[in-house]
Amino acid sequence: MDVHKITVYGGFGKDDSEEKVKEFSLEVGDIVSIVGPTGCGKTTLINDIELFANQNTPSGRRITINDEPVPEDFIFDPSHHPIALISQHTNFLSDLPVEDFLVIHAKVRGAGEVGSIITETLNFANELTGEPIMRDIAMTELSGGQTRSLLIADAVVIGHSPIILLDEIENAGIHRTKALELLKKYKKIFVFVTHDPCIALMSDFRIVMKNGAMQQLITTRQEEKKVVSKMKQIDDMMLNFRQIIRSGDELTEAVFKENFNVLTF
Amino acid sequence: MKLVIFAGPPTCGKTTVIRQVIKRMSARQIKTAFVKIDVLYADDDIIIEKEFGIPVKKIYSGELCPDHCNVVVLDEAVEWAEKAGASYLFVETAGLCLRCSPYVENSLGIVVLEATSGMNLPRKIGPMLTLADISVITKIDLISQAEREVFRYRVLESAKRITVVESNALYGIGIDPIVKQILKTNDVEFPMFLRGNPPVGTCTICVGKKEIGAKNHFGVLRTLEQDLVYVGE
Repeated sequence: MDVHKITVYGGFGKDDSEEKVKEFSLEVGDIVSIVGPTGCGKTTLINDIELFANQNTPSGRRITINDEPVPEDFIFDPSHHPIALISQHTNFLSDLPVEDFLVIHAKVRGAGEVGSIITETLNFANELTGEPIMRDIAMTELSGGQTRSLLIADAVVIGHSPIILLDEIENAGIHRTKALELLKKYKKIFVFVTHDPCIALMSDFRIVMKNGAMQQLITTRQEEKKVVSKMKQIDDMMLNFRQIIRSGDELTEAVFKENFNVLTF
Repeated sequence: MKLVIFAGPPTCGKTTVIRQVIKRMSARQIKTAFVKIDVLYADDDIIIEKEFGIPVKKIYSGELCPDHCNVVVLDEAVEWAEKAGASYLFVETAGLCLRCSPYVENSLGIVVLEATSGMNLPRKIGPMLTLADISVITKIDLISQAEREVFRYRVLESAKRITVVESNALYGIGIDPIVKQILKTNDVEFPMFLRGNPPVGTCTICVGKKEIGAKNHFGVLRTLEQDLVYVGE
């Protein structure tokens, strides 16, 4: 299926009141964030998208692809499933070596040049994680951050699903702003569930949720984009501090000042 | 009477799927009955009776293997459900040995598999999967996209014409397509026949021989080197 557009039509919130956001559409290349306090229904919204809800889930939402509803019993060829979801509980269970595992997935997905696609996947994952992932290490030996990085890289590069749903990737200890910049190079639709202000402001727009309902759709304007470039500097500074602590050095006043003074605002 | 048989390894989520299905059947005012066949312990019948108030029955296979027990009692179970006024009988089996399958001709066979049991499961469970009409894959939210895709691929590799339904049954996700298929099921015809061929071996263990080693057994035997031999009349 050639997906170029996905539309979400609003349903009802937890108190059965109609959602204020009646509809929104995502086209290839769009990045959207879903924000709101815990328990407000963010994950339910991406579950609805993943299921191609057609007024058959508790929210009563409707999803169309390329302006058409998706038939209830539509069976996707596994190599053409249009949606990849990386949730907070998603994990690898296989204990195969990383390379063998990726080869199996690449073959199932009908990827052409298996060797180069695996190199691309690992390079992508290693951009996001501290310690590089080795090809011959068992999947179950990967650290939490390495696992998240590989989940994302695998879904984006090998999975080549046009729509990728990412649920709170900021909790994974990966370089998240770099992740977003890397993801932007791939022509896909990305939906982030997030509590992270950088991810939210680096998106094209954000949906604000409350009480199970979509309350607001806010397009990221020029002013916020300027703010986010400053926030990225702060973020990089914090990452630098993390690196200093991780490598066993001390974070002295002088080191702090040196980093702080690099900020350009 | 329409017969729907659910099979799948222990703890794969069969009962959760069945409860979600019954909920939707009841909402459509369709009368269902439920039979649970297990080896030593089950309380799903009590849970389902309490939740939906439908006729339920529990059968412990005890000394029999559960699929064998299913073959022996199923005709009586259908009569019981008919008398109880149901138009659908749902049978949940334990399906433990993976050599048989409990599905009956002119019924709907549903195998429930949990995605978390590893990518090789679809290759391991034989006729319980290959003779089913629908494969419901549960707990899909817990595994990576990659493993999910490989799992689904391998289900289809083992059972080419099967309908695959991915489900997060706890939240009722992916249940509607199952109900849709159930509603299309034909009436069961008597005499009922098993869909698959039973194993070729006579199980000497089933009839009570406990000694280890081929020399102590008869029927179709196999050596460590995988040679197949027959000992007997």
